[in-house]
Amino acid sequence: MAGYLVFAAVLAGVALGADWGRLADAFFRPDIAAELFPEIITVALVNTLLFTGLAFAFGLVLGMALALMRLSSILPYRWFAIGYIELFRGLPSLLVLFMVGFGVPLAFPEAQIVGGVYGAVSFGLGLCAAAYMAETLRAGIQAVPKGQLEAARSLGMSHARAMVSIILPQAFRIVIPPLTNEFIMLTKDTSLAYVLGVTASSIEVTKFAGDALNRTVNATPLVVAGFVYLLITLPLSQLVQRLERRGNRRK
Amino acid sequence: MAGHAATTDTAAISVRGLHKSFGPLAVLKGVDLEVARGEVVCVVGPSGSGKSTLLRCVNLLEEPTAGTVRVAGVEVTHPDCDIDGVRRRIGMVFQSFNLFGHLSVLQNVMIAQRRVLRRPAAVARRIARENLDRVGLAEKADAYPAQLSGGQQQRAAIARSLAMNPELMLFDEPTSALDPELVGEVLAVMRSLADEGMTMMVVTHEMGFAREVADRVAFMDGGAIVESGPPAAVLGSPRQARTREFLHRVLQQ
Repeated sequence: MAGYLVFAAVLAGVALGADWGRLADAFFRPDIAAELFPEIITVALVNTLLFTGLAFAFGLVLGMALALMRLSSILPYRWFAIGYIELFRGLPSLLVLFMVGFGVPLAFPEAQIVGGVYGAVSFGLGLCAAAYMAETLRAGIQAVPKGQLEAARSLGMSHARAMVSIILPQAFRIVIPPLTNEFIMLTKDTSLAYVLGVTASSIEVTKFAGDALNRTVNATPLVVAGFVYLLITLPLSQLVQRLERRGNRRK
Repeated sequence: MAGHAATTDTAAISVRGLHKSFGPLAVLKGVDLEVARGEVVCVVGPSGSGKSTLLRCVNLLEEPTAGTVRVAGVEVTHPDCDIDGVRRRIGMVFQSFNLFGHLSVLQNVMIAQRRVLRRPAAVARRIARENLDRVGLAEKADAYPAQLSGGQQQRAAIARSLAMNPELMLFDEPTSALDPELVGEVLAVMRSLADEGMTMMVVTHEMGFAREVADRVAFMDGGAIVESGPPAAVLGSPRQARTREFLHRVLQQ
């Protein structure tokens, strides 16, 4: 009870003491906010989703390959997977993006990454995400009881068939929450795309808001950009909750 | 007769000089066992005697250290053996059921028919329903394993094996994980299978089942078969001291 009283008192103090006019002027000017639309959605949000989706898809495929290599009975595969995971978990995404965007092209001018900045960003971020996803997927595969594989094999399924039909579907269900976290982290990491020189058509939410900040000398674009990110992440966490409820019913 | 070629002998399972070690631990120390077609053999013995390991060597879930195992004329211990091909002819029922948790009961019984035998969906569904009916679970087809009792899960697992039309069935302590009141329904299904002439190798602690259903009982201790014969002989008037000791302990419970 006392806790609630303290909370209410603090709230009242802030509400009465704050200079609301000045705050609104600095952080939410409706005219500046209105100016951001529709491009912040039609261009910036779409690009952010595109960068995230491509990086996630690439990272998931690579991460799955690494997870299976990590669990392989063939020693060199295991070594490679462990080396990769340790390396890319330890590197900042920004450094990898610089390497993909500038380092490699300097060394091999004739090599070109397909998809321009989209390809470079999703490749760079996907390389890093794959390391995390590989560990998540490995843990998911190992969390499926050993008896599931034995039952599948004893029905005559090959190891590969048992993995695809029996183990991986159950492993994915286990790793949906951590994979969603990975997706959310990737969403935020796409704000690094600007270092590779995005254009007016490939601009994403953070760079878009930063440009608007410079133009308007006002923080409103940043606040709007924040809400746009929540537009992505809040439905995702809802989705995860629903999937988890469904999974629990079946488990 | 060379290698893994089919032979004309009638043995469903033929185990010769089987050894199995886990590291320094020798679990099987030279086991010989024959199971004829249509025969029901129960393997009994104390915990750690190697019963389950012996059973798991039959479909190569465990790789024997030495010795040969032939199933329906095929030498499964031969390096060139197509083990997946042999396993689809052998049904296996586990202590912990191992139903596929992400699939409904019907899908559990269908998936290997579809993916291994490549039966069309309609055929697989019909056969699945027939076998669920056979184990008394027709009305649970759309339930998920987690919604079933242990006894129902084990009966579904038996249906899953039967849907593959196996030539023989292996049972690895099928009732050991069940609450006592659920044991009977699983044993009843197994008994009806035996009555229909299914070849069965059953590792069990259910002495009543062994006595009434088995054609032969093999008593294992210390990684070897100590004695085997008709249930009345092995369980009724055992010749070996170790068998008598074991039965004495079990029947006291």
